[in-house]
Amino acid sequence: MATAVEWAPDHGTRAYDEMYDGAAVRPEYDALRSSLDTLDGADLRSRIDTLATSYLDQGVTFDIGGEERAFPIDILPRIIGADDWARIDAGVQQRVRALEAFLADAYGVGRVFADGVLPRSAVVSSGAFHREAAGIVPVNGVRCHVAGTDLIRDEDGRFLVLEDNVRVPSGVSYVMTNRRAIGSVLPEVMSAHRIRPVAGYPQALLAALRAAAPAGVADPTVVVLTPGVYNSAYFEHALLARTMGVELVEGRDLECRRGRVLMRSTRGLEPVHVIYRRVDDEFLDPVQFRADSMLGCPGLVNAARAGNVTLANAIGNGIADDKLIYTYVPDLIRYYLGEEPALPNVETWRLGDDAAREEVLDRLDELVLKPVDGSGGKGIVIGPAASRSELDRLRAEICAHPRAWIAQPVVSLSTVPTYADGAMRPRHVDLRPFAVNDGDRVWVLPGGLTRVALPEGELIVNSSRGGGSKDTWVLAGRTTRPVPASAPAAVVPAPEQASPQVAGPALRDLTGRQAQQEQQQQTGPGPC
Amino acid sequence: MLSRIAESLFWIGRYVERADDTARILDVQTQLVLEDPAANEAATCRAVLSIMGARPPGDDDLDVTRLVELLAHDQSSPESIAACLQAARESAWRARETLSEPLWVAINTTYRAIDSGSFRAMRRDRGLRWVRDQAALINGTADATMTRDEGWQFFVLGRTLERADMTARLLASAALSPGHAWTTTLRACGAHEAFLRARRGLEIDREVVGFLLLDRLFPGSVAYSVTGAERCLANLESDAHRAGVESDARRILGRARSELEYRSVNDLLADLPGAMDRFQRSCAAATDAITRHFFAGSEALAWHGTRQ
Repeated sequence: MATAVEWAPDHGTRAYDEMYDGAAVRPEYDALRSSLDTLDGADLRSRIDTLATSYLDQGVTFDIGGEERAFPIDILPRIIGADDWARIDAGVQQRVRALEAFLADAYGVGRVFADGVLPRSAVVSSGAFHREAAGIVPVNGVRCHVAGTDLIRDEDGRFLVLEDNVRVPSGVSYVMTNRRAIGSVLPEVMSAHRIRPVAGYPQALLAALRAAAPAGVADPTVVVLTPGVYNSAYFEHALLARTMGVELVEGRDLECRRGRVLMRSTRGLEPVHVIYRRVDDEFLDPVQFRADSMLGCPGLVNAARAGNVTLANAIGNGIADDKLIYTYVPDLIRYYLGEEPALPNVETWRLGDDAAREEVLDRLDELVLKPVDGSGGKGIVIGPAASRSELDRLRAEICAHPRAWIAQPVVSLSTVPTYADGAMRPRHVDLRPFAVNDGDRVWVLPGGLTRVALPEGELIVNSSRGGGSKDTWVLAGRTTRPVPASAPAAVVPAPEQASPQVAGPALRDLTGRQAQQEQQQQTGPGPC
Repeated sequence: MLSRIAESLFWIGRYVERADDTARILDVQTQLVLEDPAANEAATCRAVLSIMGARPPGDDDLDVTRLVELLAHDQSSPESIAACLQAARESAWRARETLSEPLWVAINTTYRAIDSGSFRAMRRDRGLRWVRDQAALINGTADATMTRDEGWQFFVLGRTLERADMTARLLASAALSPGHAWTTTLRACGAHEAFLRARRGLEIDREVVGFLLLDRLFPGSVAYSVTGAERCLANLESDAHRAGVESDARRILGRARSELEYRSVNDLLADLPGAMDRFQRSCAAATDAITRHFFAGSEALAWHGTRQ
């Protein structure tokens, strides 16, 4: 049986390939490569088919323009070694701590502005700045209960931070479902590795949400607030609610009375204490924000300000993941924590600076331009791939609204082999680790969502742009190897034969006859 | 439990039962037309459509193929199996976080076979058997994996109410159609063997009606189903008073059941279509009462989009 997994590495690009160091396989991927090489092509293809249909059957889907699609997952996992992960873990924690400090300060006394680390105008000019958030002081000091930090790996293999998401970061459900899916199609490959588990996320999230409950509530009621079944991330909202064992509510299930939030149940109105909301600020409360929004519930913000309900994540967090503020995060880490950033930013130009803008306008055709409030890859212009007229439009746009854009060099994202057109070909990936802050510590889920750009050479990995995903394996380090528990020997002795008392009539009949037949054979003439 | 979720579970129960019953009815009726040389195909098909509350098409060329298209595959007609299973899936998607994983997968894969066209591609009898199998799979999975909490009570409430209603529809139609309708009706209810054993094969109208309406041990009978629905309502109102009946729905169902139980079968037979029509109205009234009592919270939207 010849191995038919065809590997088609591409040595032509500058990108860092996570599996191949030139031609050799990197040590993290050794076991993966050799396990896969024992599979034949037909077997692999049938596993790929199983993987493709299993997400449709399970409803692991997302919605694009009203059409429900299976979340694409590639069969080949992405592997991150223990040392690399330790750096990511430390770097993500550090960023979340710094952003928490910044949010508290920016909506509080504003020390950071007075000390000249960051101009106040950079914050108040952000579209995500909400004065409505100013009066709300979180019980346990947490505003970013959940954070998703987007990382990329540059040509040298260094992890860099591409952006922070501290509003409603999504994708963690796919981290958990991807692991289960790969576990079912590549069990022998998975068991050849020691991979840190990801299934503990919902419990960690629930603990953090409960820890954020209003003062004096001993047994808080936590709910997940979703915009509804047509939201692209509805699957995730449902999965989180289900795995935390809490209600998934829509705005119409809630009602605010006298500064308290209640939900409509079959037994009348019941109090709600913590809302893990997956609805954007602007749609959350028509009294404070968009008056035409039916997704939230009128009065939520007042209830939060009165301290009767906790919104997670907090309102107004958008100033911390605004892409202009992003350029200051390394300074914020030094300022608030007195530490050097563990993970560097991608080099970024602020277009409000005249000198930077001059330089960027001269080099538009070689840079990436991003709107500061864009998400999901929206509005990004990749200079080398843009047409003349696009660049001209962009130039005018930047001159008119310099605050609205940042510029970065084109970073060639690292690649991981991905099944495409019958072979494993290098495709660009990024990584979104998820962090949960319970007020005492920031915990980073070991893994994260690896998104992969399926078209060759494509650098935008968002699923709304046709991107796929990979299961992400963080290898357990040698030092943390758990002592293998010795199997309890013969605690429950196996019965030597089926007890007749536990068999029903049919089985009794069957075994009785079988025994008789065996006896007959034994008493029959021997083969002598 | 959220009112909205309770309502979804109630309707999952109903839709799955409706798809199941519709498949049984179609299976039996199409076979009947096939086996009986005297059958008037168009008239039978028209009668089946009217039992199901579906509007017969205006043209005259109504045959079994058309009937199956309308009641099994046509997603635009709300009575069809395809539409019911799609609606069940829609409700399940809305209540996704409260369903067990295997229950959700059972409902979702059933719907996917409709969405992908593989249900339509099946031979007729195989397709109808597939629907019954899937309904059994869904109900069995629910039975084995759902906690007996409120959600379960609503699911079973929907199923039992729908079943009582469907059996009543079948009895009414049997009374209207001539000939072998009683055997057909028994088979459509999946009750033929049970009936033969319980009543020793006396297939006369009095016995069949007595069995399908009032048998206390057969799960497809009207009395059994209504009693089940009443029990669900009682469980849902566990903090009710010791005397009297709390909710309108229970009162309506209890009265409808007594109406059947305390009349003689001969009396019922004399005006079976009328009695069944009254019973179906009671089922509809009970559904309204349940909706008002338990699900009302889910519809109110007070905000009118003006800043105060």
